[in-house]
Amino acid sequence: MSELSYYLFGGIIAVLVLWGISLMRKVPSARLGNLINAIATVLAVVLVLVYHDIIKSGFHGLIIIFGGMAIGSFIGLLLAYRVKMIQMPEMVALLNGVGGAASALIGAITIFNLTTDYPLFEKTTAVLALAVGIITFVGSMIAAGKLAKILDGKSVILKQHSLITILLLGLLVTSIILNILFPSIVTILLVTVFSNFFSIVFVIRVGGADMPVTISLLNSLSGVAGALAGLALANIPLIAIGSIVGSSGLVLTQIMSKAMNRPLKDILIGIPLNQDTPTRIQEKLQEEGSPEDVTDEFLEKLLKNSKRVIIVPGYGMALAQAQHLVERLARMLEDRGAEVIFAIHPVAGRMPGHMNILLAEAGVDYDKLYEMDDVNPLFETCECAIIVGANDVVNPAAREAVGTPIYGMPILNVDYAKHVIICNYDKKPGYSGIDNPMYHKTKGISMLLGDAKDSLNRLINLIK
Amino acid sequence: MPQWIYLLLLFIAFSIIGYLIIKQVPSLLHTPLMSGMNALSGITLLGALLITDLLARNGQIFLSYVFGGLSVILAMINVVGGFFVTERMLKKFKKGDNK
Repeated sequence: MSELSYYLFGGIIAVLVLWGISLMRKVPSARLGNLINAIATVLAVVLVLVYHDIIKSGFHGLIIIFGGMAIGSFIGLLLAYRVKMIQMPEMVALLNGVGGAASALIGAITIFNLTTDYPLFEKTTAVLALAVGIITFVGSMIAAGKLAKILDGKSVILKQHSLITILLLGLLVTSIILNILFPSIVTILLVTVFSNFFSIVFVIRVGGADMPVTISLLNSLSGVAGALAGLALANIPLIAIGSIVGSSGLVLTQIMSKAMNRPLKDILIGIPLNQDTPTRIQEKLQEEGSPEDVTDEFLEKLLKNSKRVIIVPGYGMALAQAQHLVERLARMLEDRGAEVIFAIHPVAGRMPGHMNILLAEAGVDYDKLYEMDDVNPLFETCECAIIVGANDVVNPAAREAVGTPIYGMPILNVDYAKHVIICNYDKKPGYSGIDNPMYHKTKGISMLLGDAKDSLNRLINLIK
Repeated sequence: MPQWIYLLLLFIAFSIIGYLIIKQVPSLLHTPLMSGMNALSGITLLGALLITDLLARNGQIFLSYVFGGLSVILAMINVVGGFFVTERMLKKFKKGDNK
């Protein structure tokens, strides 16, 4: 195959991927977009096999290549079809990690087997692929373990955590430079060890609600690792697609950290939320909600008379696996003639878009899933808002309590609704540690504490 | 100009194009988008194929089985798992009128 046609086909593949991604902007065309991306990937594999005359890699080479692809496909298919929707966050993290590991291996091998005539660039990008690949792999595995609850999901903070992180980063950079100057097994091991430690220290302190940001960032890094491997091997499709993935992850990371009101650098170098700030900001509102607000009669009347109901899901819904009951409640309210919509905060849950796939799986139509900016003006117009396991993303303190960590975070203005039913497990503050003033209101609030499933079942039975 | 400058420019160009396109994806589709991107990052499979080929041609059979084989398998899991998981997720999204 000539050089020219290689570049031509490489260009076509890159354009296909861009087209596929742009189709994923809308739900009706998203599946086609995914299919086009898959086809582009297959074409890229064929292109590389043909261009590099892979048939000449000999008996063992062919066995490894085709055998490896067969084994990988089998495992991939098995994983893809056995995973439950509820396990999606850890599945995405796991897949992300194996891709990173592959890039790391490629980087390591390329350091010893230079293929181009500009060794400095090749060595640099190869060792960077190794480092970024390992960070992606180790970080994703820890994140997956935390999400799957194999590891403790809470954030682990060492003494002088930020200092250790920065120190390890310094050591990692030093070992990378050493490796570029003196490529050897020893320096590769140093890079490997420091990447490992850096990644561990970086990810163990990520707990709960910082997870969406971390997952997006790891996703970005896996693309960057691929692109670096591509730079080292002078492989055009690999560079193109790797860098697209890298920047897409970055966009998501930006959106997430903005929606959490946490500067990205705080999350990266491990500055914990300031827990010492006054959390009891609404001292004067300490009274409990008036008891008649939680009686069956009251709730039944409220639900039956509501023309518009907004449901606000949070991570608690995922924890209680209450999405099917939420859907059932919504359907029953609709059957009674009410309009039911869902308000989705960008960081509700443990990964970007988490609530959307859970509700879509439960059978909620996606046109009822509203984004924050679209739904916020509607709260004033609804008779009843139902919070299911959401906390920080509905905390009015973000608007009012100057000086607290969540001040300025964009929230769902649930407290503007005429009445709010809260189906949360307890009254403890969310991840931010900031008390929710809504819990202490005396009017317009019904607190249904306990398992969201029980609370929802109770509401469902009331309007049967 | 040496070839590596072109490669670097390519990297920068596609980063920017990717950034511009992805910015317009609604948060409704963030999870499928992420898992779709995740599948695409398995494109590192190309690198895995190249190093396997390289090692096998150089007669480093043991290394090519261990490192080449492992990287091909891992990257392939990423690609296949990623695309099928994304497809499964996207299938769940339904609109009111065509249920």
